[in-house]
Amino acid sequence: MRQELLAQAESVLEEWVNARGEAPTLEMSEGFRLLALHRQGARGVPSFNACRETCREIAYHYNVLGVKQDAKTELMMTMLVEHLKLFVRGKLEVEGLGEFCCASRPLRKEAQSA
Amino acid sequence: MKTDTKQTKYRRVAYYPGCALEGTGHAYNESTKVLGSALGLKLDEVKNWNCCGAMEVKNVDPKVQTYLSSRVMSIAANEMNAGVVMAPCNGCYHNLKKAEHDLAHDAASREVVERISKKAGHATYKAGQVETIHALDWIKDGIGEEELKRRIRNSLKGLKVANYYGCMYTRPRHIFPEKDQGPGSESISKPHFMDDLLAAAGAENVDFPLKTACCGGAHTLSDSDTSTRLVLNILRAAEAAGADVIATECPTCHSGLEMHQVRAEKVLGEKTGVKMLYFTQLLGIALGLSPRKLGVHENVSDGVAVLKEKQIV
Repeated sequence: MRQELLAQAESVLEEWVNARGEAPTLEMSEGFRLLALHRQGARGVPSFNACRETCREIAYHYNVLGVKQDAKTELMMTMLVEHLKLFVRGKLEVEGLGEFCCASRPLRKEAQSA
Repeated sequence: MKTDTKQTKYRRVAYYPGCALEGTGHAYNESTKVLGSALGLKLDEVKNWNCCGAMEVKNVDPKVQTYLSSRVMSIAANEMNAGVVMAPCNGCYHNLKKAEHDLAHDAASREVVERISKKAGHATYKAGQVETIHALDWIKDGIGEEELKRRIRNSLKGLKVANYYGCMYTRPRHIFPEKDQGPGSESISKPHFMDDLLAAAGAENVDFPLKTACCGGAHTLSDSDTSTRLVLNILRAAEAAGADVIATECPTCHSGLEMHQVRAEKVLGEKTGVKMLYFTQLLGIALGLSPRKLGVHENVSDGVAVLKEKQIV
């Protein structure tokens, strides 16, 4: 189950990276491709860091489940993956999602430089 | 009792409530003031304060936002002789910290702030004149857990709490240089100050991995469905973690969780029962203050029932 959830999370980030016209990385960061994909997805898009902790928590829960199977931890990992899906889906629809809050970068900056 | 410099510095601070605490976050404003008073902490409201620039001004011109936040700090430093500004709202706290960072590192921001300040007829704020802190820093470092424990009258024992910090309290990390500085400092990735304070008040903090997760707050009007679904997942995760209440420390997070809880039920037919309470309300209750005085009745989600059920009030 944990492998399946991790794979789902990776595929969500792959979608984001693909949408940006890049090839999703196959590299690992801290033992997780998910974290490498997040790093790639956040390059030039600071607001993507709004899901950084979510990705790190997914990795953490994956590790915990590797030590001990536990329904609650599995449920939490499922909800974390769900949150990542919702966030990335929101970003794919409205790219500015999280722009003000986490990145503190004005939307207008992009319009001005265009 | 703690006797470090922070405790002395935070005993009397300039208070910047910000716009939200005069509106949707009125209960947070009241509970912050009542809690401070009960703990012997003094608040001097920043005179003639203005909007911090929030999200709207930042969108139009980020340097004007830097100016607006700098004016608040200038009044505190130059007109009130304050060394510390306390902002309970994550948005205000974030913007003042961002202005502080910009003024310390960006010459163009300094030029704009100096020009507008001169035109407005007040002293230009210089980086480092004040220290901006959050209400969590104020209680955590101004009082501390040991002193708080000593003052508890109604332990929150039996109350399971999911602490939700939202995003602006820790992001972006470069504007919070004091965080992640080892023991005693706040963590960027896993904030714990609210957990620490509520644990000192007897609450049982549940393991809540979405404590800094995005709630879609900035797009709550332009893309309400995304916000509702993100919030619904946060609420469900809190419930799955076993929480009776979600403790908040930001008026925008708080009202976002409450409003989208209602909207999720109306629009998506998804009902959740977890209640939202400001951490200042929970600490106030633990100190023996009445829920009414702390504005609990102003919250949209009715937290009184769960407090009664746990025999806390």
